[in-house]
Amino acid sequence: MNSNLLFDFSVNKENNTIHIKREFDANLELVWQAWTTAELLNQWWAPKPYHIETKSLDLRVGGMWLYAMVSPKDEKMWCKADYKAIETNTLLSWLDAFCDENGKENTVKPRSLWTNNFTENNGITTVNIVLKHDKLEDIEMLIEMGFKEGLTMAMGNLDELLLTLKK
Amino acid sequence: MRRDVFQAIADPTRRDIINLIAHKSLNLNTIAEQFDMSRPAISQHIKILSECGIIMINQQGRERYCEIQPKKLIEVVDWLEPFKKLWEGRFNQLDNLLSIIKKQKNEQ
Repeated sequence: MNSNLLFDFSVNKENNTIHIKREFDANLELVWQAWTTAELLNQWWAPKPYHIETKSLDLRVGGMWLYAMVSPKDEKMWCKADYKAIETNTLLSWLDAFCDENGKENTVKPRSLWTNNFTENNGITTVNIVLKHDKLEDIEMLIEMGFKEGLTMAMGNLDELLLTLKK
Repeated sequence: MRRDVFQAIADPTRRDIINLIAHKSLNLNTIAEQFDMSRPAISQHIKILSECGIIMINQQGRERYCEIQPKKLIEVVDWLEPFKKLWEGRFNQLDNLLSIIKKQKNEQ
């Protein structure tokens, strides 16, 4: 991997937003496809050890991407993205939610409004992601959930991490 | 006596206990069986973890279950770090995918 590719990650507690910026070593059309095509999303969207099974993807404003995050034990967690704004190769916005297999949302977990901006410079494509939330507690809840799910990864490094913290 | 997350993780046995119950709450006996140490010694470690707020002990019938308290642990590690790791993993997968597709296109 090209370790020179930019990766920014921050939280704005005043605006209840998470900001993520990442460069990819590919042209704009290709990166756009990877973000908007079920066949490609299935191959990268899920954090390990999960994988994605897309039930449907209707790329138009008012349409949705309905998919399951599948655990190694074959447990399915249904999610959806309701598309809010689409400008090919430029802007992709959606409101996410946890839901059932028919896309009926469950309101227990907070929703994030995603705004993804795509730009290319000399064959390097930058994706600028903003996740907007109603309140700060929503972010804390997401991070806590991510924490539990990311624990497999994080825990493996806990000992090392703790050693550095103690220094 | 100081009781905080840093004291909780200062001891290797306590770190092992945290790892053990990270994914699943376990009862005291099950935890103690994993260690080559007396049960009272393990109980003592669990007591400290509990006083530090890292674990919560739930009485279920005759069993006492130890449950991890992620919020407390987040105080130790940078609270964003695991969330960021999820994204790193995701993006690395996309990097791989993009490079495979580019190769395929070049071969055509």
